[in-house]
Amino acid sequence: MDTAILIFKIVMVVSVVLLHVAYVVYFERKVIGHMQARLGPMRVGWHGLLQPIADFIKLFFKEDIIPFSADKPIFFIAPVIGVIAALGSFAVIPLWDGFIIADINIGILFILALSSVGAYSIILAGWASNSKYSFLGGLRSSAQVISYEIAMGLSIVGVIMQSGSASLSDIVNAQADGPFIFTQFIGFFVFLMSALAETNRVPFDMPEAETELVAGYATEYSGMRFGLFFMAEYAGMFVMSSLAAICFFGGWRGPDFWIFSHVPGIFWFLLKVYAVIFFYFWIRATLPRYRYDQLMSLGWKLFIPLALANIVITALWKLL
Amino acid sequence: MTLPQLFFAYFAVSITGLSLLVVTRKNPVHGVLWMLVLFVHIAMLYLFLNAEFLAAIQIIIYAGAILVLFLFVVMLLNLRVEETERRFQWSWPVGLVAAGGYAVSLIFILVKITVFPQPGHYTIEKMQTEGNLMIIGKVLYTKYLLPFEITSLILLVAIIGAVVLTKKKQE
Amino acid sequence: MVPLSWYIMLSAVVFSIGVLGFLMRRNLIMVFLSIELMLNSINISLAAFSHYLQSITGQIMVFLVITVAAAEAAIGLAILMAFYKNNPTIKADEINLLKG
Repeated sequence: MDTAILIFKIVMVVSVVLLHVAYVVYFERKVIGHMQARLGPMRVGWHGLLQPIADFIKLFFKEDIIPFSADKPIFFIAPVIGVIAALGSFAVIPLWDGFIIADINIGILFILALSSVGAYSIILAGWASNSKYSFLGGLRSSAQVISYEIAMGLSIVGVIMQSGSASLSDIVNAQADGPFIFTQFIGFFVFLMSALAETNRVPFDMPEAETELVAGYATEYSGMRFGLFFMAEYAGMFVMSSLAAICFFGGWRGPDFWIFSHVPGIFWFLLKVYAVIFFYFWIRATLPRYRYDQLMSLGWKLFIPLALANIVITALWKLL
Repeated sequence: MTLPQLFFAYFAVSITGLSLLVVTRKNPVHGVLWMLVLFVHIAMLYLFLNAEFLAAIQIIIYAGAILVLFLFVVMLLNLRVEETERRFQWSWPVGLVAAGGYAVSLIFILVKITVFPQPGHYTIEKMQTEGNLMIIGKVLYTKYLLPFEITSLILLVAIIGAVVLTKKKQE
Repeated sequence: MVPLSWYIMLSAVVFSIGVLGFLMRRNLIMVFLSIELMLNSINISLAAFSHYLQSITGQIMVFLVITVAAAEAAIGLAILMAFYKNNPTIKADEINLLKG
């Protein structure tokens, strides 16, 4: 019986997440469209609501082109690694009170581990395509991901210290008195920026910088394999936003007064997740791309020292 | 065979096979990739041994940092020529004999060894109630504080060394 | 129940494969990778001892070994890069001059 419930949970989480990932793309196009005084997708369905499904069908039936001198096994497996790493992270994310596939006590470390495995997808795609644009994208991404993973890991350490646990549901429960954003704002800032770099979003989208590298690591990919990269990127963004919502905004916890205490937890969780995702889109519509050396010096000279300072401050605060 | 033994048999066979693949691949990138699969298997073996923290850092540090560093260097040196050249040194039979002899003698010695377990007080139940991460943290920062600090010094030396070695000379 | 000796055997076999790679390969990157393999095999046996002796020391040792392995990889690859800059080869049997 337990197994049946577990399988039901997995199927539910995966299908709901995939649906959300598809509509995050639509949401992004709409948000950025309105920010640039356009309408965004309008053709398919009412206000373009069926656009993600149309995109999926288009990608699925496109020809799958493989470059002549590509390293075929690696070329095939690279997008799959990305999708698995991004979707696997949802196993430890509590969507509401008690709804979590695997409540392990190293939840945060698990997500960090999977995000570091996800980096392989981009590096390998860049290498296996045997094209100079892809290769440069792969090299850039490997350096960028190693650098920003340190900052991201260190920025969460403050949260772990304050809650005394690395399990995500314990972290949410530790925020009963108020979300950690008020005490961990330095950590939150570093986390948000590092998450942008980890998921290769603007302004840190060096690996696929369109104006410099055609499409970076994804240049040689087409059809459904490109679709998988797309899915991995947006699912990764969803994971990072969920992590931000859980670690800094109190996950499924909402304000506990008047009518708000009767609102289900999933509503608060999704509200927070979409607020963070909206912030990502806002940044994309606003900021230009960083130069590569600026990106590296930002990561090593600003974010890592800031995260370390945050750890020291949290430790002192804990001591008092 | 019981279920845990079957699991172990799978891990033993795949870890051995994967390590053979790692040391024999012609293309260094393929070698590094098989190493990645190997690390994931070793992490699962750690889970099997009730060491969740080790499993996590095995992936985060080994797969996420060290192997990416290897991959980065392989790509930076761009060794496409490698595929046409011979992969072993001319003295490879000597290495084969030495390693084979080493394995055989090690196994002969290990068969003779009997371990008399004097169980410590970190039982599986205690690990599960208190949490692996918590126990490791407490022991690491009290009993093993000095080794921990020395490792941090080693890391500092490594950072400075890597910077000095790869820095371009100022003209 | 899996006996402890199985883990130690596995560790010994993987260590020997690491020695094999270390002695046979020409490419210095693969030689470094073989060293990592040996360190990993030691980690397996340490974690197994930790589990069977119900002591946490083995896991602490694995933690320290992984840290040292990271330092070793960083320094080793930096030396490799520095060498490659002067002398564009990373073949173990072509690096036979003490003076660059």
